[in-house]
Amino acid sequence: MARKDRLSGNEAVAEALRQINPDVMAAFPITPSTEIPQYFSKLVANGQVDSEFIPVESEHSAMSAVIGSQSAGARSVTATSSAGLALMWEELYLAASNRLPCVLTLVNRALSGPININCDHSDSMGARDAGWIQIYAENNQEVYDNLVMAYRIGEHKDVMLPVMICQDGFITSHAVENIELLEDKKVKDFVGEYEPENYLLNPECSMAVGPYSVSNYYFEAKRAQAEALKNAKQVTLDVAKEFAQISGREYGLFEEYKMDDAELAVVIIGSAAGTTKDAVDELRAQGKKVGLIKIRLFRPFPASEIAEALKGVKAVALMDRTESYNDNCGPIGAEVTTALYRAKSDCLSVNYVYGLGGRDVRVKDMIGIFNELEKIAESGEVTDPYRYMGVRE
Amino acid sequence: MGCLPMYNFKEFVGREDRLAGGHRMCAGCGGTIAVRNVLKAIKPDDKAVIGNATGCLEVSSFMYPYTAYKDSYIHNAFENAGATLSGVEGAYNVLKRKGKLNDTFKFITFGGDGGTYDIGFQSLSGSMERGHDMVYVCYDNGAYMNTGIQRSSATPMFADTTTTPVGSVSSGKPQYRKDLAAIIAEHKVPYVAQTTFVQNFRDLHIKSEKAIYTKGASFLNIMAPCPRGWRYNTWDIMEICKLAVETRYWPLFEVIDGVWILNYEPKKYVPIEEWLSKQGRFKHMFKPENEWMIEAFQKEVDRRWDELTKRCDRVAGA
Repeated sequence: MARKDRLSGNEAVAEALRQINPDVMAAFPITPSTEIPQYFSKLVANGQVDSEFIPVESEHSAMSAVIGSQSAGARSVTATSSAGLALMWEELYLAASNRLPCVLTLVNRALSGPININCDHSDSMGARDAGWIQIYAENNQEVYDNLVMAYRIGEHKDVMLPVMICQDGFITSHAVENIELLEDKKVKDFVGEYEPENYLLNPECSMAVGPYSVSNYYFEAKRAQAEALKNAKQVTLDVAKEFAQISGREYGLFEEYKMDDAELAVVIIGSAAGTTKDAVDELRAQGKKVGLIKIRLFRPFPASEIAEALKGVKAVALMDRTESYNDNCGPIGAEVTTALYRAKSDCLSVNYVYGLGGRDVRVKDMIGIFNELEKIAESGEVTDPYRYMGVRE
Repeated sequence: MGCLPMYNFKEFVGREDRLAGGHRMCAGCGGTIAVRNVLKAIKPDDKAVIGNATGCLEVSSFMYPYTAYKDSYIHNAFENAGATLSGVEGAYNVLKRKGKLNDTFKFITFGGDGGTYDIGFQSLSGSMERGHDMVYVCYDNGAYMNTGIQRSSATPMFADTTTTPVGSVSSGKPQYRKDLAAIIAEHKVPYVAQTTFVQNFRDLHIKSEKAIYTKGASFLNIMAPCPRGWRYNTWDIMEICKLAVETRYWPLFEVIDGVWILNYEPKKYVPIEEWLSKQGRFKHMFKPENEWMIEAFQKEVDRRWDELTKRCDRVAGA
């Protein structure tokens, strides 16, 4: 029987990891993800998992050790946030290019400076082109579910890529919510044994990892990697379908909330989607045709699917919880606008930067966004396509 | 050291090479000599995972699609050979514990002085402190040779490198070298040794075997001359190694469970000029007006020798 419990997002991660029982975790503490290696160390100390915990001296070494252990044939995991992810930068690319299906549970936190420990997406969005699969969660239940599905996606033979499971720092990582957990055996059977085809510790056949690759080979390696990432889209859907059978919870590439007849829409990632749903409900009660698209899979990006979902929408707000410093658009702004252009859509789009460094996102803020969209749809013009929400100017 | 078999030179060098020929390292490269001889110390029936920091060795011995290694091999990046092998060793422990692996694997990683003394220092220190059952081997050629002979913290004082060029107001590298073997010994790991290519490789062979078969973290610092960076005739390499030891510039020592042992005491005092004069990187030191440089170098060699001999509990061969 599934268990109902009350867990924080970090506790949900630890619970999923206990059930997955990965071979190796290497991690270095950083707020707000520190609890994850703490909880995991306790599981190791009490013999609740068979795993090896490597208490490395930095996040760079955490990802380096994970690359070592995953190459050696061990299912591996790490956890980090913010500057920790930034310190891993070089290694993120290596994990992906070496086609290592390890998992990183990221608790999103603003990058310095000024130093700030609260949520925004500048860490993972900065790493969006590192070649990792990125899956984002709105709430603690999704964090748990996404992590249970992670290895199945990354380890699929058509994919073989690392997976980043993202959740919002403090907002979900430390807030306690009701959550439904699967039975241990169900998770174990769903995730399955890790049986890599080639690995360093294979006594039958040695293996060499990390070659120097000259111009004659490099491009093909990167092209193959891009194809693998592309394959991850279908695999994510297939794994979600299987997951629905054991959990009753259905997931797609993104969630459409009251989009059927929506004329105004918001595209958003993470916990602020929950806040936006309340705004949508309030406006729907007033008879307004508003809806929400919450992106779950950001890498690879479901471009054509989102363009399709926005068909019939007159104006859309693309919400970025990061500043891209290009005076043009944020990551979601760029991806969705490109998708709309390619689909020859006449939907007007406006891009907002919001919630940096943990700045609160309230229902009334999101209602304000829909009000702005209404004006855009009426006038047929977007005078200022790159805007800020909730900042003192 | 427990039950190490008696060292037999013929048997040792007769073992199958674990580093194949045909790699792209320079003729006469000390790094390759170090790697080939260290790997011979793995028992023929044991398996190994070889790690490698980015550097000359990596780009020349594993250029896709060819690897020069018979064993499994992993290159990750420049500054993380220690951490990477920590992960490999962690994987070995858990796979053994879970009954998924029966074979014995040994873990040996190689880094140049750039990847070891400098950019990879933190990762090395972490892996030693955590006590992974692995050997970190530094093939120390005293500069960043792969990028074109820039100074490192292992470069000797006054050496002419491309970032400490000798000029009208420069005497070469202004600092003395970092004593990395001593620093790692202070991590209190079970085995640390410093060696080079002398005594018909006996010292290197025995130390490699001890390092590989000591349980826990071990560190080997091997002076591995670079003909390009040091500017000497390739055939002089053995003479240069011998002089480094005889002049006391590169003492042979080991630290076993905290006990310091001096492995060789030169019979007579050989002045440092003997070693310096064989190398183009010190050429400027031999101009008449630069005699002070040789004096300063000698003074530091003597000071460090005194410090080491005071530290050593006994004198004995490896």
